[in-house]
Formats: sequence, C-alpha cells, structure tokens
Amino acid sequence: MSDTISYKTVTPEEVNTWFEACAVSDFPSDGGLNISYQGLQIAVFNFTRRNEWFATQNLCPHKKQMILSRGMIGSDGNEPKVACPFHKKTFSLKTGENLNGDECAIATYPVKVENSKVYVGFA
Amino acid sequence: MEKVIVIGNGMVGYKFCEKLRAKASKEEISLTVYGEEPLPAYDRVHLSEYFESQSEDKLLMAPRAWYEENDVTLKTSQLITNIDRSTKTISTHTGESESYDYLVLATGSSAMVPPIKGVDKKGVFVYRTIEDLDQIIEYSKNVKTGAVLGGGLLGLEAAKALMDLNLETKVIEFAPKLMPRQLDEAGSNMLKSKIESLGIEILLNKNTKEIHGNGKLDQLEFTDGTSLETEMLVISCGIVSRDELAKTCGLETGTRGGFIVNEQMQTNDPAIYAIGEAANYNGMVYGLVAPGYDMAETVVDQLIGDQTKQFSGADMSTKLKLIGVDVGSFGDALGQTEGAIPIAFEDKNSGVYKRINLSPDKKKLLGGILVGDAKDYSMLLQIAQNGMAVPPNPEDLILGARGAGGGNTMMDLPDSAQICSCENVTKADIVSCIKDDGVTDLKQVRTCTKAGTGCGACSPMVADIFGATLKSMGQVVRKTLCAHFDYTRQELYSLIKIKEIKSFNELLNQYGSGDGCETCKPAVASLLASIWNDQILKQDTIQDTNDRFLANIQKGGSYSVVPRIPGGEIPPDKLIVIGQVAKKYDLYTKITGGQRIDLFGARLNDLPKIWRELIDAGMESGHAYGKSLRTVKSCVGSTWCRYGLHDSVSFAIEIENRYKGLRSPHKLKGAVSGCRRECAEAQGKDFGLIATEAGYNLYVCGNGGANPQHAKLLAGDIDEKTAIKYIDRFLMFYIRTAEPLNRTAVWLNKLEGGIDYLKEVVVNDCLGLGEELEKDMQALIAAYHCEWKAAIENEDMKKKFSHFANSEDDDPTLEFVPMREMKKPADWD
Ligand code: SRM
Ligand SMILES: Cc1cc2nc3c(=O)[nH]c(=O)nc-3n(C[C@H](O)[C@H](O)[C@H](O)COP(=O)(O)OP(=O)(O)OC[C@H]3O[C@@H](n4cnc5c(N)ncnc54)[C@H](O)[C@@H]3O)c2cc1C
Ligand code: SF4
Ligand code: FES
Repeated sequence: MSDTISYKTVTPEEVNTWFEACAVSDFPSDGGLNISYQGLQIAVFNFTRRNEWFATQNLCPHKKQMILSRGMIGSDGNEPKVACPFHKKTFSLKTGENLNGDECAIATYPVKVENSKVYVGFA
Repeated sequence: MEKVIVIGNGMVGYKFCEKLRAKASKEEISLTVYGEEPLPAYDRVHLSEYFESQSEDKLLMAPRAWYEENDVTLKTSQLITNIDRSTKTISTHTGESESYDYLVLATGSSAMVPPIKGVDKKGVFVYRTIEDLDQIIEYSKNVKTGAVLGGGLLGLEAAKALMDLNLETKVIEFAPKLMPRQLDEAGSNMLKSKIESLGIEILLNKNTKEIHGNGKLDQLEFTDGTSLETEMLVISCGIVSRDELAKTCGLETGTRGGFIVNEQMQTNDPAIYAIGEAANYNGMVYGLVAPGYDMAETVVDQLIGDQTKQFSGADMSTKLKLIGVDVGSFGDALGQTEGAIPIAFEDKNSGVYKRINLSPDKKKLLGGILVGDAKDYSMLLQIAQNGMAVPPNPEDLILGARGAGGGNTMMDLPDSAQICSCENVTKADIVSCIKDDGVTDLKQVRTCTKAGTGCGACSPMVADIFGATLKSMGQVVRKTLCAHFDYTRQELYSLIKIKEIKSFNELLNQYGSGDGCETCKPAVASLLASIWNDQILKQDTIQDTNDRFLANIQKGGSYSVVPRIPGGEIPPDKLIVIGQVAKKYDLYTKITGGQRIDLFGARLNDLPKIWRELIDAGMESGHAYGKSLRTVKSCVGSTWCRYGLHDSVSFAIEIENRYKGLRSPHKLKGAVSGCRRECAEAQGKDFGLIATEAGYNLYVCGNGGANPQHAKLLAGDIDEKTAIKYIDRFLMFYIRTAEPLNRTAVWLNKLEGGIDYLKEVVVNDCLGLGEELEKDMQALIAAYHCEWKAAIENEDMKKKFSHFANSEDDDPTLEFVPMREMKKPADWD
C-alpha cells in the first residue's frame, strides 16, 4: 500500500500544477497539516516564526509511517527541520535530508500562498 | 599484496577485521573471514538482550554491508575443517579450499558440557549462540520449571533469563559459594540472598550425578542422594576453546585447551596466529572480550610490520550485568597476594558488601569485591590498575570520605588510565579529543574516541571526565536545555514564573535563539503546564505527539484511550460503557499494569467521538499520554481484606484525584497499600504509602521501568493530612528542581545530600519553602480541568483531530489485522 506509492521531490521549475490544499487559517502556527492529492499524502508546514512554508511527503521512511505532518518543527543551526513523532528522526524541510542518522531523504514540494490559500506544487 | 584469512567470525574475529582495515587497505592486505554461524559476527556479551528484543540485527557487530564497504570477504555458514600448513591452504566442510599467506584463528570457544550421564536428553541446553537462545525460548513455552548448572557469572545471567521467561528458576553450584572465582564467602552470601530475593533459588555444594527422564529430562540426581525436579536445564560450567583444527595440522595446544601462542599471538607456526577465546597464552584462556580485542590489535600490528605491540596477559576484573544486583570483582579480589591486608564492610540491612585488599605496606590497592553497590567499581579498578596512591584512611575508598577532605576524582587518574577497555581508550585520549579537537558534546566524544561504544560500562566515567575536563578549561558545565536555550530547566522555571511568561515563543524570543526543536519545545511545554496548568492544546504544536493529540500514538498511527479509574475502583455501569464504546469503535481492550483499562487502535478522527461518550458517562482523561500523574494504585485494604489496617482504596482515590492532571518533568505514579504485605507495590512508586498501626509510612522516589529502584522512607507513622502535606511539598520541590525527563528516583540520586537532605526540606522545612510549595500545589489543583472535556467542547480544538486537512477520509494506509477475538496494527518492518 503505502510503500508502493513513490514520492519524488518536485523543484519549483518542474511545477506544472499548483494544487489548492487549504486555507492559511486552517493551519496551526508553527505546525503542519496533512493533505491528500491523487493518492499521495503530503505534509504541509506553516513555519510561522520564519514566515516560511514547506511541504514534504507525509511518509516517514524509517518505519514507513504516515505521520510527518504530526511532527514537531524547529531548526538545527539555520536548517529548518521536522522531527518524526515516532522515533524522532529529523529531516531538513529544505532538502529532505535525514539530519540525525542514515535514513533515506524525504521528497519535498514547493508551496506558495496566494489570497490566504495554500498551494502545493506538483509536476 | 598479502593474503590473510580469518577463521571464525565472532566478536574478536570481527574486531580484528575492523582494526586491520583501519590500518591497511585492500591493496596492501586482502582479507577473507570464514564463520560457521549463519549470521555475521554479533555481540555475544549482550546476548541476553536477545530475549527481550528477539532482534538479531540489534546484536550485529556490523551489518553485512559493512564487510562489503570495507573490502572484507565474508563467508558465513562455512565450517573450516582442515588446515594444510605445507601448502598454506584451508578447506571447508563443503570441500572448497583457499590459500593464505597468514592465517588468524579466532574460533572462540564452546560451552563446556561435563560428562554427566543423561546430558544428551531433550530439555538440556547450553548458552552461547543465538541459536541456543532460540531453542531455549521455544522449549520454555511448554514448561514451568528450569535450572541452571553453574553459579558463575554466566550461569547467573542465564538464570535471570529463565526467570524472565517466567520459569520457576533454580541455580545449582558445585562449590560452596556463588561466583567462586570472583567472590569471597561473605560477598557470595550477600549475593546469594540478593538473588534469592529476586525469586531465584540457589543450591550450593551440589554435584550432579545423573540427569533422569524418559527422552526429556525431568529430574537431576545429586551425589549427596538428594534430587531436584526440573523440566529444563541450562548448562553453564565454563568454556572450552575450539581448537579441534589443531589435530589435523599439528598445532600445539594447552593441556586445558586453546592454541598455544607467544607474545605476538603466534602459534608454533609463525604464519598462523590465534586470538580471543581460542588462544592460550601463558597457560591462560581469557573468557572476556577486552583481552581478545587486545590480542587482535597485536596481530594487526604484526601484519603491518609494526612490531612494538605485544600481548602480556590481561586483567580478569568483571562486573555482573543484567541481573539487577550490582556485583564487581577486580584485581586480586580474594586477597591471595602474600601479606595482603583486607578491609571489609558489610551491611546486611541494605544488602551491601564491600571489600578491598591493600598491599602489605598499605600504599597500593590490590583488588576487591563489591556486592549490592558497585558504583565505585570503575574508580577502584583504576586506582588498582594504575598503582595510584591510596588515601591515608584507606577505608574511605569503600565508605566514602566521612568529614572534610575530598576523595579521588576522575582528574586524579593518570593520563594512561584505561577508561574503555573494550576499545582501549585512555583518559588522555578522551581529554585530548576535548582539548585539542575542540569537541564540546558528549556524543561527539563517543564518536571521536569510540569510548563507551562497546559494552558501555565506562559511559558514566566518560561523562565524568568530559565534565571535569571542560571544567578544568574554565567552561562551566551546565545541563542546559539544548542549542536553543542556554539555561537549565531550573533556571527556566524561575524565569517563566517571575516574568510571567505564558508561551513558548515569548520565552524563545526573550531568552532563546533559533526556532526551537523537539527537545526544548516539549520541555518548555511541560514547564508552562507545571507552572500555569493552562490548557495544553492552546499551544498544541510544542507538545510531544502524545500530548498534542491527548492520546498515545501506536504503531501504524492509531491512538489509545485511557480513562481515569482512580485507585483502580470502577462501578459496573462505567465498566459497561467502556465495553460498549470499545465495541462500537472496534478497539482492542487490555487491563494495564496500572490497574485500569486501555482501549487501543482508535482512529484520530474517532478520538473526540469516543471521549464524548466516555465523558457523558462521567469519566475523564487518565493522562496516560502526559508527563503527569498516571495512577495511584491501591490494594483492597481494610474494607475487605482481613489484614487491612486502613481504608487504602479511599485514600488512593483521594490522592489520585488530588494530583490528577499535574504536569511534571517525567511521569508520576503513586500507590497506597493497606498493610506491610504491600500488595499495591507502594515502594516501587514515585510516592507510596503503606498503612501502619499508627498511620502511614510515606516512601518516595521509587520506580520500576528500565532501572528499578526501591522508594526510600521519607516519614513514618504519619496521619493522612500530614501525608498529603508532605507529598505536596515533595512533588512541588521535584517539579521545580529536576532536569527534564528525570524521574523522581534519578532526581534523588543526583540531589546532593540525598534522602536526608530531602527529609530536611520536606519534613523539617530547612529552606523555609514549605508553605510556598503547598500554596503552589494548591493553585495547580484549583486550575485542574479535564483536557478531553475542554477539547470536545471547543470546535476549533476538535478540528485538529482529522487525518487530512482537505478531506474527511480516514488514513487509507492504517491497517489492522485480527488477533484472537480482537485486532492489532499490522506489523511494521
Ligand atoms: C499500557 C501499559 C502497558 C500495559 O499494557 O499494561 C504501558 C504502556 C506504555 N508505557 Fe509503560 N505502560 C504501562 C505500565 C507501566 C508500568 C507498571 C505500573 O505503572 O505499575 C511501568 C513500570 C513502573 C514505573 O513506571 O515505575 C511502566 C514503565 C514505563 C517506562 C519506564 C519508565 C522509567 O522510569 O524507566 C516507559 C518509558 C518512559 O516513560 O519514558 C513507559 C512507556 C510506555 C509507553 C507510553 C511507550 C510509548 O511512549 O508509547 C507505552 C504506551 C502504550 C500505548 O500505546 O498506549 N512505561 N509502564 C501500562 C499503562 C499503565 C496505565 O494504566 O497508565
Ligand atoms: C551470554 C554471554 C555473556 C557474556 N558476557 C560477557 C561480559 O559481560 N564481558 C566479557 O568480557 N565477556 C563476556 N562474554 C564472553 C565473550 O562473549 C567472549 O569472550 C567473546 O565472544 C569471545 O570472542 P571470540 O571471537 O574469541 O569467540 P566467539 O565469539 O565464540 O566467536 C568464535 C566464532 O568462530 C566460529 N568458529 C569456530 N570454529 C570455526 C571453524 N572451524 N570454522 C568457522 N568458524 C568457526 C564460531 O561459530 C563462532 O561464531 C559473554 C559470553 C556469553 C556467551
Ligand atoms: S508497553 Fe511498555 S514494556 Fe511494553 S513494549 Fe511498550 S513501552 Fe515496552
Ligand atoms: S517512523 Fe519515523 S522515526 Fe521511526
């Protein structure tokens, strides 16, 4: 099931669909939500402190759990990161790289906010 | 290029490969290792942990990929059956052969099985490999009693394992005492009574004559005419080196086994080395890893042409692990040196025995024994090994310095002191990594020196040296929260309180840096809750995941629901509602270890609905998800029990309701027992009350868990009102001063002055804080609210409990499989 779907990083240049995920007001501050897009589960994070938005796959590569949107965000040096709630593996929100171990990287997606709506970019 | 073959891929064989590759590339030396076992080398020292984890991966010294990445050809499930020294080739049981320039024998040893009649019966096992353990686990499922033959270090470890498999366990020892080679009589007696108190019976002076049974054993017969019924036997009578290859090729072996080697670990064939438990040096076979690693290093140096390192014997000091009783034995433990002067201390009350042996001139420490309290083991071992001067009153070494004047500290150790014997790391190595390489955190010290990565016994010493070194460099070592806050938890507690800070961001903006992380956010969340007891969901994204969703997350991403059942008392109507709710939402139900009921497998979206039904039936949150009060267990007490002195149930309910919802540095558990039979296990709790004729005895700072510790008596024969007053003060004092995630027991261990000081603060109010602490507690109690009630009454909060933000759907990946009459989450891989 979950592991047959593959998540692939989308760069801003590659975007051809901007999917309207939900309203800014739906989001907790400094926290994430999970959205459903064509069978994919995408974690979107509202990093209020930095006034930045990020999106990654919701699947944690460690034990293949659909969970990252419920993770805690923060920073490691200047790198914004999310910590998986299960075993606290942390991933860069910018590059998707695992910061405290050797899990494989997670896919990241571009996010834009227009008219108080949050859009995630897909290729 | 030279070609090296290693026979045996055990701990030492593996370490040899690791050490060789650190110094020679595949262009210089090609390396092949053969192992008879199907798995790559695993950590035999921690073999018993397999009972718990049943995970082979966790025990591996390195995954298969490591061998590939490091150009080591690994061939497992291959037994070497012959060595042809004239052609320099070896051959395997499948008939393959391969030639070598140098051969390293690391064949280890096997368990010694004494020639007792009937040892070949079913139900008789040895304790050496993962396969042995698999067989023991399988067999234990169908039996109730087990025995271990041999009361040495390994035998006791095996006995603990049998006990953990729920067998009624006995240990049979031939000698008149346990651990005969490491302990004297007094130490052994103390150990015996400690082990017996764990529920393991010990039979001494028993020589087994025959193992009886029809096909499988059912009885042991001893030479003294007595016998013992048992369904299972684990033999742990020592080891024999696996030197069978010697026979086919004429290598010399010792009378008691092992390939005879010289200081370079060479056998009588200079192209063949032997290391680890396969080697016999100077008439000795060393049954420990550290000497084996040392031997491996010696051979590596030979092979790369650095002739300086020689093996010159090793120390057999040991510490018993796992069994829950501290035992250490080091150097000349039995005082066999001519003229040795023993000093011993015995306290039968607390079960402590300590002995040290001094040199005849009283200047040096020769060795010693520690039973019941081995925390000074590493320090004493260092003093003995390094020939450090003994203090003027040598008894201070075991009794502690009583009165003025300091004892030995880590910084008094000579630079050459070996701190980590597994990886041969000296104090100088650690200090230099901190001073020269500028390492500033303890984790890096481990990566940089490898200290503490083997058996882990030296970790506390490494931490102490780290702290002391930083201190000597003028750096104050404060246990600051994390990179984002340069304050200790206690300092932040004061700041939040005095500056009336109410949110994480406020605190971070004023006193922190960066954006916070998964360490400081929950710690600050806990502080805010401990100080203001505000609704935690108002700042949900700084809470640990369980707190954030007011439920414990499970494998697969479902959650559990635990309603509070104060004191374990529940009327039938509520019980029925729990059953109905469980049925309706298809939840797995289980009675927990905390005298209440856990409903597992709830979907995130169902949580508010489930709680609505429970709350309507008069129940409230059990805070099973929080670092907060969990349960106050009770026994049935004087209302029903013929021994009960007071109504322990009513008192437990009162206390549980008093402290419910109280957030603390770690979880809190309590208990009330109606008499000293102690059915509520009050001495294993953060606070526990045991009824006495005159009132209650109040115990504090106990816990079960990973490092069980008995609670200590804080006050005796007090009435209920006084008990509550003391608990209020005690809990608030703990909440104010503990480091994050330190249970009360850990906190007390670090508290200078220990329980005596705590008594001064709580009972005698030496800090004059008593009233303030009680007032703070009163404010928190007044602010109590059921978090779940608040959550379901607030539409905004309720919204948080959905899996998707843009769809009402459940998580399609959430998978359950049936189990017995209920369900469980699908396994993760
Ligand atoms: C459900 C229960 C096991 C059971 O089926 O009986 C349980 C389940 C968990 N325990 Fe426990 N413990 C349970 C009783 C205990 C007990 C027994 C007791 O309370 O008498 C102990 C030993 C006593 C003690 O705490 O001193 C216990 C010692 C631990 C520890 C070790 C604490 C320590 O100080 O070393 C942890 C880990 C921790 O808290 O960091 C832990 C952590 C956990 C967690 C929360 C692990 C986690 O974070 O997921 C488990 C949650 C399971 C879940 O998904 O809901 N559990 N746990 C018990 C719930 C009791 C309750 O009603 O609230
Ligand atoms: C339960 C337990 C607890 C222990 N606790 C401690 C402790 O706390 N502290 C401590 O220092 N030590 C402890 N030890 C001892 C420690 O595990 C050993 O000293 C160490 O494993 C020895 O390593 P080795 O490589 O010499 O032998 P082994 O680890 O036995 O490895 C030898 C390997 O060679 C293989 N082999 C043998 N002959 C051949 C052949 N002809 N062809 C191919 N392969 C062959 C064997 O199958 C085996 O895998 C413990 C041991 C056990 C069993
Ligand atoms: S319930 Fe407790 S003991 Fe059991 S697996 Fe979970 S944490 Fe470990
Ligand atoms: S599942 Fe994410 S860290 Fe383990």
